[in-house]
Amino acid sequence: MMTVSGLVKRFPGVVALDGVDLDIRAGEIHALVGENGAGKSTLVKALAGIHAPDGGTMTFDGAPYTPAGAADALAAGISVVHQELALLPYLTVAENLFLRALPRTAGVVDRKRLRADAARLLAEIGLEVSPDTLVERLGIAQMQLVEIAKAISTDCKLLIMDEPTATLTSRESGRLFGILRALRERGVAIVYISHHLQEVLELADRVTVLRNGRSIETREMAGVTAPDLVRSMVGRDLAQEFPAKPPTAPGEVALKVRDLKVAGFEGPLSFSVRRGEVVGLAGLVGSGRTEAMRAIFGADPALSENIELYGKKVHIRHPQDAVRHGISLLTEDRKSQGLVLDLPISANVTLAKLRGFLVRFGRERSLAEDLGRRLHLRSAGVDQHVRTLSGGNQQKVVLAKWLNAGSDILIVDEPTRGIDVGAKYEIHELLLGLAAEGKALLVVSSDLPELMGICDRLLVFSRGKIAGEVARADFDAEHILTLAYSGYLKNGETQ
Amino acid sequence: MIKRLVLGEAGIGVALVLLAGFFVIAAPSFATEQNLRNIMTQITLNTVLAVGMTFVILVGGIDLSVGSAMALCAVVSGTMMAGSGSDLTLVGGILVSVLVGGVVGWVNGFVSEQWRVPSFIVTLAMLNIARGGAERYTDAATIYNLPAALNDFGTLTLVGIPAVFWVALLLAGAGWFVLSRTVFGRLIYATGNNEEAVRLSGHKTSRIKIAAFMIAGLTVGIAAILYMARLNIASPILGQGYELNAIAAVVIGGASLMGGRGSMVGTFLGACLLGVLTNGLLLMGVSDFERQIITGLVILVAVVLDAYRLRLARKLAVAQPAQALTPAMTPS
Repeated sequence: MMTVSGLVKRFPGVVALDGVDLDIRAGEIHALVGENGAGKSTLVKALAGIHAPDGGTMTFDGAPYTPAGAADALAAGISVVHQELALLPYLTVAENLFLRALPRTAGVVDRKRLRADAARLLAEIGLEVSPDTLVERLGIAQMQLVEIAKAISTDCKLLIMDEPTATLTSRESGRLFGILRALRERGVAIVYISHHLQEVLELADRVTVLRNGRSIETREMAGVTAPDLVRSMVGRDLAQEFPAKPPTAPGEVALKVRDLKVAGFEGPLSFSVRRGEVVGLAGLVGSGRTEAMRAIFGADPALSENIELYGKKVHIRHPQDAVRHGISLLTEDRKSQGLVLDLPISANVTLAKLRGFLVRFGRERSLAEDLGRRLHLRSAGVDQHVRTLSGGNQQKVVLAKWLNAGSDILIVDEPTRGIDVGAKYEIHELLLGLAAEGKALLVVSSDLPELMGICDRLLVFSRGKIAGEVARADFDAEHILTLAYSGYLKNGETQ
Repeated sequence: MIKRLVLGEAGIGVALVLLAGFFVIAAPSFATEQNLRNIMTQITLNTVLAVGMTFVILVGGIDLSVGSAMALCAVVSGTMMAGSGSDLTLVGGILVSVLVGGVVGWVNGFVSEQWRVPSFIVTLAMLNIARGGAERYTDAATIYNLPAALNDFGTLTLVGIPAVFWVALLLAGAGWFVLSRTVFGRLIYATGNNEEAVRLSGHKTSRIKIAAFMIAGLTVGIAAILYMARLNIASPILGQGYELNAIAAVVIGGASLMGGRGSMVGTFLGACLLGVLTNGLLLMGVSDFERQIITGLVILVAVVLDAYRLRLARKLAVAQPAQALTPAMTPS
């Protein structure tokens, strides 16, 4: 009923979809799997009318399908349940369900009919709450079910679910699967995206594997195993180029973390990094890597931690403590957490080392100019506001800030996300250069080839735990990805 | 040149000159030496309060309590100084006023940071508390017989300029220096722009924001002294609505209520503009009611023009990346 062929979507500097073919039949559950950044979310957004594709065609129910916006998709009968819930907490369940078209008589909301319609819909998906309950009072699983009820409240022919079980317990997931199967019986087509391969194997009729923005294969689920899927997701092509990694001789242990526990993640986490070493943190998005790094840096409180720097125990309660101890954190979102966009480059570069009474403008300028040269920063001068720089150059400003702070331990979270290939190479070069100078580096990245290209050692996170550690000599994408998925394969009860 | 007009505080300066020019023609008594001195005296309090308000608004806050807090400062220190001729009580009274203002400002900042409550609400509560406190403190009575020395200062003229206005100038100059030259000023701008980035760069942004509220409180304490020097009384009902005039001056001066954008030069010009407008309209015989309407319209026009100016600035920045924007904090 939905046929996609040769779909292409480009973003500045990145090709997110590079020729995706997909066909979805009425009355089937069709799984979409792929690594972080394989193009799953972009594909969903194209189907939902949020992104207009740059090439390729989509047909729905035999007619060309070119949605101009989310409303068109809905009108055609395509509903999406996104990963982030989009409910209004201070309205009732019934109001949320029918917000798009509240039943009314003479312009006034017909509460009676609203309640009756809502009750019928809730019964249909087996959610036992009163339609008058405020959404705020629901548990996360119930909210998820309300989202699904909302999606099928319109005449829905194709239901797309993006990671619906990420926040559910296995019992709740079980109920969700029941509902999905019932919908399938009614002839609704369901596209199901999940990291949980076990679920995919259990639930789906067919599966399509995406890799690097391309659809690799579509298979009937019968006979497919988890290792088959992982192998297909990894593929063999490593198109990216990386600077040559100089041989490293790691020195003393710089940072040692023991029994770190972070709210919302299983843990506990223990690991260490030596001077001159580049340690990568691999894993799926949401596996707890960013949260662990933020806790070490003091950006978020940890439930329990035991951090040693060069063999001495330290307490880090605020980023200020971390910076004073010579730790830097390059955050995953440079615009909202790394930069002061409306200040010039020079002010951003000195931000982490700003002390004393007077700003030394002359020194600041020359410092920023020196660092700019070293990092090949392309700008109109250090007075240029950071807002007007390109993504790659903004990232170099954040790096310059931390270089200027002179930290010996560098934590970088998604250092090359959304950055063009040339700047990527330069940033990789720079990171390797810092390690060669004897700094200790922790690199969080969802780009596995990147981690394999620049790291000495990988810690593979899976569902809030370190599922394994892999040395550079044993780097193997398939093995690493298997580890990354391992926490999601067991039908774990814990959250 | 066009860029400077569009991007800097020059726009407000031009508006001020045009407005003054209009009054010179429309109101014959406007351009007299005596009237210029009157204007300076009239804008003194608002300038002082607006200097403190600039700090608060730059970190993304707002302080609605300054008018009431000024009354509280005045009655506490006025009660102490009344009827005494000694220099010691005079100095003590001044210190107490500044101290009370500083404490009120600290409480404003501390409460809104500690419990993450919007400063709008916290200072609205403080507006009531301080006003009620001031009334309770004097049983709603007005305090007379303040020291003669204070009154002398209120009428003193130095180099042709009222002494109280010298104080306002001095504070505005100090505020300009702090904002544009010191590390603290840089952190004020940066925090208003992106608090999380500043925090993750190792700075305690809560402290910076509380300090901004304290500075506003200190200026309130100074304004209370200047008020008593000029009018020779301290009343628990003084200063009503002053917070709004201070906010208006800062906003006309080009500051963003979201924080991170604004300048002391702009604030000073904004206070001048409001003062010249009020004075000129008064001389032209415009009624009180109409004056309020016109003042309101001027604030609207200033804010709309500023929004337009910002859009234009962003466009210029994108169109000619080779020409760097004037950084917000460098002196203009």
